[in-house]
Amino acid sequence: MATTSSTPNSARPALGRKQLFGLALLLVGGCVLPFLVSNYRVFQFTLVLVYAIALLGLNMLTGYNGQISLGHGAFYAIGAYVAAILMDKFGVPYWLTLPAAGAVCLVAGFLFGLPALRFEGLYLSLATFALGVAMPQILKYKGFEHWTGGVQGIVIIKPDPPEWLKVSQDQWLYFVALATLLILFLIGWNLLRGRIGRAMVAIRDQPIAAQAMGVNTAMVKSLTFGVSAMYTGIAGALGAIAIQFVAPDTFTVFLSITLVVGIVIGGLASISGAIWGALFIQFIPNVADQISKAAPWAIYGVFLIVFMYVMPSGVAGLIRILGGRLQRLRQR
Amino acid sequence: MNVLLHQVLSGLATGGIYASVALALVMIYQATHLVNFAQGELAMFSTYISWSLIQAGMPYWAAFFITVALSFALGVLIERVIVQPVENAPILSVVIVFIGLLVIMNSLAGWIFSYTIKPFPSPFPTAPLFGNSYVSSHELGSIGITLVVLLLVFAFFRFTPLGLAMRAAAQNPVSSRLVGVRVGWMLALGWGLAAAIGSIAGMMVAPTVFLEPNMMAGILLYAFAAALLGGIDSPGGAVLGGFIVGVLENVVGSLLGTELKLTVALVLIVGVLVVKPSGLFGKVHITRV
Amino acid sequence: MAKILEVRGLHAQYGPTRVLHGIDFSVDEGGITTILGANGAGKTTTLRAVCGMVKTQGDISLGGARIEGKATESIVRLGVAHVPDGRGTFVNLSVEENLRLGAYTRSDKAEVAADFERMFGYFPRLKERFRQQAGLLSGGEQQMLAVSRALMLRPRLLLLDEPSFGLAPRIVQELFEIFRAINQQDRVSMLLVEQNAALALKLADTAYLLETGRVVISGTADAIRSDEAIRRSYLGY
Repeated sequence: MATTSSTPNSARPALGRKQLFGLALLLVGGCVLPFLVSNYRVFQFTLVLVYAIALLGLNMLTGYNGQISLGHGAFYAIGAYVAAILMDKFGVPYWLTLPAAGAVCLVAGFLFGLPALRFEGLYLSLATFALGVAMPQILKYKGFEHWTGGVQGIVIIKPDPPEWLKVSQDQWLYFVALATLLILFLIGWNLLRGRIGRAMVAIRDQPIAAQAMGVNTAMVKSLTFGVSAMYTGIAGALGAIAIQFVAPDTFTVFLSITLVVGIVIGGLASISGAIWGALFIQFIPNVADQISKAAPWAIYGVFLIVFMYVMPSGVAGLIRILGGRLQRLRQR
Repeated sequence: MNVLLHQVLSGLATGGIYASVALALVMIYQATHLVNFAQGELAMFSTYISWSLIQAGMPYWAAFFITVALSFALGVLIERVIVQPVENAPILSVVIVFIGLLVIMNSLAGWIFSYTIKPFPSPFPTAPLFGNSYVSSHELGSIGITLVVLLLVFAFFRFTPLGLAMRAAAQNPVSSRLVGVRVGWMLALGWGLAAAIGSIAGMMVAPTVFLEPNMMAGILLYAFAAALLGGIDSPGGAVLGGFIVGVLENVVGSLLGTELKLTVALVLIVGVLVVKPSGLFGKVHITRV
Repeated sequence: MAKILEVRGLHAQYGPTRVLHGIDFSVDEGGITTILGANGAGKTTTLRAVCGMVKTQGDISLGGARIEGKATESIVRLGVAHVPDGRGTFVNLSVEENLRLGAYTRSDKAEVAADFERMFGYFPRLKERFRQQAGLLSGGEQQMLAVSRALMLRPRLLLLDEPSFGLAPRIVQELFEIFRAINQQDRVSMLLVEQNAALALKLADTAYLLETGRVVISGTADAIRSDEAIRRSYLGY
């Protein structure tokens, strides 16, 4: 990522009064939205929230901590399958599957992060790429079929809203996702503002200096991997519940690449970028699909390349730059 | 014993494919310290080009050589136009550009040629040589072609002035400029050569795995494993790694079943990186703090 | 006297840091010019500037033609050979391959073969180590290799960056005698950057003294050598 003035070098996303106001507006808008649009649209926006959570996770790892992951789709898949198996085989209520998926992915991410400690950026990208490519095969493995349902996957029953709330299933799920996003956003924001966040950024920018200054690089990197996997796993669980279905071939390496597209578009090392990226990866395929089946990916590819040349700090970065320019204009 | 021999020979055939792609990866790595994630998709796209030429009525070997030439040109073009501008960008940016390239090539192939699986012809006879039961003619031919290509590449680098210049540019670009080597064009040539080698690998493997846009993903993974095993900055190591991985895949596959092949590649990659990141023949890099 | 290299108002910078502040100097056709100065004075930067390896402003003319702003490879092809500080040897290639690279831009095969023999004439050690890996050579041998590589270009102008650095005195003497021979027999003009002022002034015709990116003294080498005041205060002997 470019260490220009448009990328935050500190891990302290500042929240001035204007931004708080903007956030409050967004929140109100977000709560009102499900009542203004059709159920199908609500479903789509739920997926936007789901992706935003996943992107938050990936961004923590790649944007703030500088560890490249081309395999985060694997953790999304694990979270999705944990939720599906718990609900289908053990009758666990849907809302419990979220922390369960989070816990499993936290451990899985931490464990994968441990050997990954010694890998430099390029090698880590190789290893995570391999993870992303191998995941569907692992999920299809006959030995696990009893749990995973093999190639056919598992069907999930959509949860009902509580009786005292007069909303549709889709609307309820939307609010569950929104609440989850807000909680995770707050946790993430706190994390990044604090000592750990600064350690993460220090490791990204000057790993040797960070180590020399007493930052336990290994621990922070593994923890970051774990937390980032946790977020993505929770997103996977929510996504599975929303779509009501998990199957191995929905979790190919292209899902991992989609997540990377999301953080690149939204903005590396940016929390608000998660929303922009999520909007992009949810709605662009819908539009592009009408041109041709292959079009969404061609567009992704072109955007990836163009953004690296032109807007390395993504949409969030662009807004920051424009915001800065606007401020300077006003000060004249 | 018979079965083992068959597995080994089959493994050498696929190993040759892995060796070729691994060599392409190492060539680009040596010159740029970057791993070309799009190598597999480039090879796949080249194979589709040759398929189109054959469909249009061209005889196999004419299509073969024209495809190799076109792939070379494509590689040079991609380096000059897409890779060169981000030469000095942070690693994350470059990885993302490569992923973008991967995705574009994959979707272009799907768009132009559709996603239906197509058969791809082999230039070798269907009857096995001397009626043997160990290795098909295509596998034998594949090994032969791979070896010839690898030998030609090594001879090029070892004995020609241009090959020497390319090696020099990869090792020490600053000094290379001081002897008049146009380092930028050496990089482009490296990409061209890598793309050409990849195209041959694609054309050799397509008859076996059938032509479709995702055909190279697993192969690319194995090529990564091979390159890492042999040493990511050692061309000889990459080639040896390729053959080892090919045989290993087949032998292990016959024991564990073919369903977990990609997982084996994953384990291999992580394993090599954890145990000996410089691979069997690579140089250990000591960074000065 | 015709000038092979003429530099006017040369500024050079690394990123935001300016290292040369408008210096003027020249090298006569067939002559040897030396640039002296302490560490950090900007001597290496000057050579790099001539080769197009740093960002510059000002005029640089080679044999009357302007070369500032050109790419290093192009300047080399115009006949400028640079022996950089640190020697810049291709350590993983053999001695033979290093020398062949020196002749990379030449197409006259027979002459190149003859030049190999000439290099062996100057530096017999290289013939002994012909097929060995260059990185395994001693410091002195690597310096010989670096100079030979530069000469394989049959340059009009040879740039030498601190050739005496890290070498035993006896070897340095031999080296500088060979420089004189090359200059006189093959008519190669030289621009020599050196910290060892005594040695440089014995070899060169003209000298410039750099101090923090500016020329403070210039003149013939003889004049500077015989000026005790200059020698004591600037050159330390």
